[in-house]
Amino acid sequence: MARITMREAISQALWEEMERDPKVFILGEEVGIWGGTYAVTKGFYDHFGEKRVKDTPIAEAAIIGAAIGAALTGLRPVAELMTINFAFSAMDHIVNEAAKLHYMFSGQFLLPLVIRAVGGGGRQLAATHSQTPDVVFAHFPGLKVVSPGTPEDAKGLLKASIRSNDPVLFIEHATMYQVRGEVPEGDFTIPIGKSKVQRPGKDVTVVAYSKGLEISLKAAETLAQDGIDVEVVDLRTLRPLDMEPVLESFKKTNRAVIVEEGWKSYGVGAEVSSRIYEEVFDYVDAPIKRVAQKEVPLPYNRNLEQMALPQVEDVIRAVKEVL
Amino acid sequence: MILGVDIHFPEDFMEKSEHLGLFYQMVVIRRLEETAAQLYQQGKVGGFLHLYIGQEGVSTGLISARKPQDRVITAYRDHGVAINCGLSVNEVMAELLGKATGCSHGKGGSMHMADVNKNFWGGHAIVGSHLPLATGLALGDQYQGNDAVTICMFGDGATNIGYFHEGVNLSKVWKLPVLWVCENNQYGMGTTVERASAVSEIRQKAEGYGIPNDRVEGMDIMAVRRAAEAALEYVRASNGPYFLEITTYRFRGHSMGDPERYRQAEEVKCWQENNDPIGIYHKYLVDNSLATAEELLEQDHKAADEIAAAVQFAESSPEPAPEALWEHIYAD
Repeated sequence: MARITMREAISQALWEEMERDPKVFILGEEVGIWGGTYAVTKGFYDHFGEKRVKDTPIAEAAIIGAAIGAALTGLRPVAELMTINFAFSAMDHIVNEAAKLHYMFSGQFLLPLVIRAVGGGGRQLAATHSQTPDVVFAHFPGLKVVSPGTPEDAKGLLKASIRSNDPVLFIEHATMYQVRGEVPEGDFTIPIGKSKVQRPGKDVTVVAYSKGLEISLKAAETLAQDGIDVEVVDLRTLRPLDMEPVLESFKKTNRAVIVEEGWKSYGVGAEVSSRIYEEVFDYVDAPIKRVAQKEVPLPYNRNLEQMALPQVEDVIRAVKEVL
Repeated sequence: MILGVDIHFPEDFMEKSEHLGLFYQMVVIRRLEETAAQLYQQGKVGGFLHLYIGQEGVSTGLISARKPQDRVITAYRDHGVAINCGLSVNEVMAELLGKATGCSHGKGGSMHMADVNKNFWGGHAIVGSHLPLATGLALGDQYQGNDAVTICMFGDGATNIGYFHEGVNLSKVWKLPVLWVCENNQYGMGTTVERASAVSEIRQKAEGYGIPNDRVEGMDIMAVRRAAEAALEYVRASNGPYFLEITTYRFRGHSMGDPERYRQAEEVKCWQENNDPIGIYHKYLVDNSLATAEELLEQDHKAADEIAAAVQFAESSPEPAPEALWEHIYAD
């Protein structure tokens, strides 16, 4: 095991897959000569050359559309969206083409395509550059939506995404590139669509993913000092959603808090809590709580922005409320 | 000299059998569309139905010039293109009826026909959205060193949406083997080109991206064929993209249920009487002694028979099994 950052884990996954399979290539804004705006593809251009590390115009519809077309010819493109906020410029290509073609033409079209997108708030980029619209994309059957919360999952899931024959939206959190964690040596993949218990516990089930996982694990540490034993389940993939570990945990704890960085309305918490009620209602000992972003566009001012984003303290409070 | 490429077209550059084959394709498309309209009115075809009547010469001439490895991708007015790409009338008709034997197994319908094995990459129904896909198909061929051209067809209306500009620009930046083909039928739904586009000659938009281009009379299939051959040769020689504007006219509404308040019946009648692409080709073939009127009538009868058989095939075909609802959401 090596202790590396999320950035290194993602970069390694890309590098190793490109070394392994000549059909894998990268395209996006500033992925080449610049080295990636988050430095994920630093050094790739010099090593792999401009054929496989393609700088594009600032034209998201063309980036995703061209990636889809290239995937249809048998290549395995990894398209980078500088931020997920720019995915709206490519919405037709993500939801009306990528998510539909395999089904609509009855399996004739294969789309081994990965869209890497950076999401999340907390960097004072104001309302248009700070969103967490993950559930918007997870709404559409035909897409797979992956969003890891640890370096190990980031590396293993990105490799699995690149090898997948389906279109995968792979969402990385902008403030988590420096997060460190243990990552196995050598080649490994982690299956898409599998939730995981990241911290075992017996008193309350906290369901989270991505940045929500980070703050939930911190909250669990604090709560442990008060003698509250929290189990944290990481969804890792929003679609297809794997509820089994969540339901197993809930049947043990009978109490749950769902944590997400996106807005609460119509969100991950709404979906997961509904499924708990639908599947294991007899086990419910307390109303399920949701921790999410305040229902405002994210403001620029640092204090206001932090007020809007879910915090460790919010998770702690919610856990205590369900006990 | 066409397009700076020295290509010589003798009068008899096509064999008689090929002429008869192209004439047959045009007539089959015409009969297919007329029948589809009837089936729609009978409630047997659902959704939207966009007919290709009047534009048969464009796709037939264009696709007849392609090599088997060349890819074709188009918009939602796709039945004729499907036939020209080699899909059978049976599977096109069955798709219109939503049957399991349809080319998309009843999941795509009129606007979403495809057959990857025939290098026909669909039928795409969001205006302009398939242009960046064409850029990607061509990128895939360039990347893999394939000797293939992607032929991307779209209407005049598609040239006013951003996807057109993003896809076309990138094709030039990366020097991709794509032939852009604008079928200018003069109306985007009910809005004339002049009311929707800043330039009425669509090819001028290609000028803006430094892409060589030509404007061709689309009611003359031979003009289309010649232009397509030259354009494909240009693109195949790794010169980058080429842009053809092919002027044409649709004789029917934008789709079934179009009240056609935006044009006079006389205008349509004038086109039908003086500029029918099938009539023009018929005259060309007879005047040049490439076929007799009897031989062409025989093609028409053959087409009518094939369409009748296709209707029977489609109507007697099974509905998709209920399990199909859950198939092909994901490949893995």
